[in-house]
Amino acid sequence: MGDSILLAHGSGGRLSHELVEKTLLPFVANQELNKLDDSAVFEASGRLAFTIDSYVVNPIFFPGGDIGRLAVCGTVNDLAMSGAGPLYLSLAAIIEEGFLLSELEQVMRSIKEAAQEAGVSIIAGDTKVVNRGQADKLFITTSGVGTVSPGVDIAGANARAGDKVLLSGTVGDHGIAVMSQREGLEFSMSLESDCAPLNGLVAGMLEISPRIHCLRDPTRGGLATTLNELARQSEVGIIVEEVTIPVRGEVRAACDLLGLDPLYVANEGKLVAVVDPGDADSVLAEMKRSNYGRDAAIIGEVTSEHPGKVMIRTRLGPSRILDMLSGELLPRIC
Amino acid sequence: MKFIDEYQDSRLAKGLADQIARRSTRSIRLMEFCGGHTHAILRYGIRQLVPARVELRSGPGCPVCVTATADLDKAIALARLPGVIVTTFGDMMRVPGSASSLQQAKAEGADVRIVYSALDAIEMARANPEKEVIFVGIGFETTAPTIAASILKARREETTNFRVLSLNKLTPPVMKALLDSGEIQLDGIICPGHVSVVIGSAPYAFIPRDYGVACAISGFEPLDILLSVDRLVEQVEGGTPGVEIAYSRGVTADGNRKARELMDEVFEVGDANWRGIGIVPDSGLALREEYGRFDAEKAFPVSLQPPREPQGCRCGDVIRGTTTPSDCELFGKLCTPERPVGPCMVSSEGACAAYHQYGYPDISQGFESKT
Repeated sequence: MGDSILLAHGSGGRLSHELVEKTLLPFVANQELNKLDDSAVFEASGRLAFTIDSYVVNPIFFPGGDIGRLAVCGTVNDLAMSGAGPLYLSLAAIIEEGFLLSELEQVMRSIKEAAQEAGVSIIAGDTKVVNRGQADKLFITTSGVGTVSPGVDIAGANARAGDKVLLSGTVGDHGIAVMSQREGLEFSMSLESDCAPLNGLVAGMLEISPRIHCLRDPTRGGLATTLNELARQSEVGIIVEEVTIPVRGEVRAACDLLGLDPLYVANEGKLVAVVDPGDADSVLAEMKRSNYGRDAAIIGEVTSEHPGKVMIRTRLGPSRILDMLSGELLPRIC
Repeated sequence: MKFIDEYQDSRLAKGLADQIARRSTRSIRLMEFCGGHTHAILRYGIRQLVPARVELRSGPGCPVCVTATADLDKAIALARLPGVIVTTFGDMMRVPGSASSLQQAKAEGADVRIVYSALDAIEMARANPEKEVIFVGIGFETTAPTIAASILKARREETTNFRVLSLNKLTPPVMKALLDSGEIQLDGIICPGHVSVVIGSAPYAFIPRDYGVACAISGFEPLDILLSVDRLVEQVEGGTPGVEIAYSRGVTADGNRKARELMDEVFEVGDANWRGIGIVPDSGLALREEYGRFDAEKAFPVSLQPPREPQGCRCGDVIRGTTTPSDCELFGKLCTPERPVGPCMVSSEGACAAYHQYGYPDISQGFESKT
């Protein structure tokens, strides 16, 4: 079949070159990549941030995105969460024999669009093809490099008692969108993944307050796990108010049905910021001006009490522990 | 959100909590039968809203938890058979059996898949005609009707490679067994909401009549539970135990006749083996003779070693309500959600999992007292 990936596409020979030149390069072409040299050479100065992540999402196409968009946004966001302005990405694809070329093109188109939106160039790449069954359709790994402005010092260990905790929007959208697609759960809703590059949002926030203490994107494990990571790394307590945490009605309904808690469901276009109390309102206002921070809210604060632990004041008033995610998210029985 | 927010309103909750405090004059013990209730109670902090003299004790209403080790071993053995796909609800995957778990068996090559309903398992059977698809049927009167429906569908569509390992259990008989045992003194029972949608309120009538224990059927939103506690406190304080429906948007006295007819068509009542309780007469559902060809146990007899219970695990006591999770010496130390020793720490409806996840009782109470 001419329209699917063959082992020969990964052989290094003519078909490999054809794949690179006809299917891959056109979407991500730039001066550096077009050279097709063994490595990209670029100028950089100051403090650099460097990160890597692999993407194995199933299904690879889901409402609101696909593995391509995810692979760009995820790595861009990892850089942004260190306060870095992303510059360049590298991208490696492991493709299962038999994968449709048309689907690969669709993924490449998403990669192109996401990279354009984030303002990054992909300057290095690699492709491998493995036997059917040795990978699940398509795995993508991206690494990224970015620069950190002088004076910016963002780390998980920087939260201080009194700081405010900000969240950029609704939680659980990505996880529920992917899960409903994967499991064929027909919730008949318009829910889409929130997958998005957050570097623009972060740049705006840093302009308002270069002394933001922590930034983190609550991906796998959800908001609850991210808050716990920050509390542990900073050796502080965090208390959040359940009523202030934005959750879409569809997500809440789906979670109720499945016995899941939206605070543990993955996001791909949200961030948690820990900021000095004096900066909280202005940073919040700036977040709300961004497309990806419209529903931002102050959800809690950092305390010197119960270090390493996160408490949540429930809808009803009392407080309880908000623990990390344990194991996998599994739907309940009845 | 419409239809949910109303049941999570903090002002209404406070009003109900105050009313409970006014009504309650003495120490009483209520059991929430259902694990879903235990989770809601801890998740929303209901325990802190209700006066301490009204004790809320978790009961046996966690389908995964009450599945006997021997039955779990059977499911794992079936999963290891060549050409077999075992399908089950997600919660079952991590429960440790005598020597393994379904998750472990899967990692070692067995084909174990999570489904949301027995009907999904039928689809899988049709998509994999060369395989035998076995659905591990656990749950109470809530899941039994859909499992029955799936068996009827399989018969109608002549799906020959679909079978059920029927471990379904019934609620009122185990309540009777607990009350008969005399091990735990109860003043009232928060009866399961979803089960009662199917069976109605009538099957609980013997509880106030024969045992003088109050009953209130509760939904799963925090206000449902507070309302049920209020109804129970009033019954207990007034010395007038009965069965009240505090979940009238879902439950009637008669329940869902159609669902029960499905169950009756496919299943017959028999004895069942409950973890921590043992054999409880007339508390299980077995496939009727005419549906025998869908019975996984008949199709694939497996021989098993006698089950081994995990040492020191007090899940049995927790299930019977004779102890609380935090009284177990393994709790939070040797037994955690990452490395569970017993099922109550695994299942999303397990009492130990709820106590552990929501940090109850230690930290919640300690923190609350400071604010």
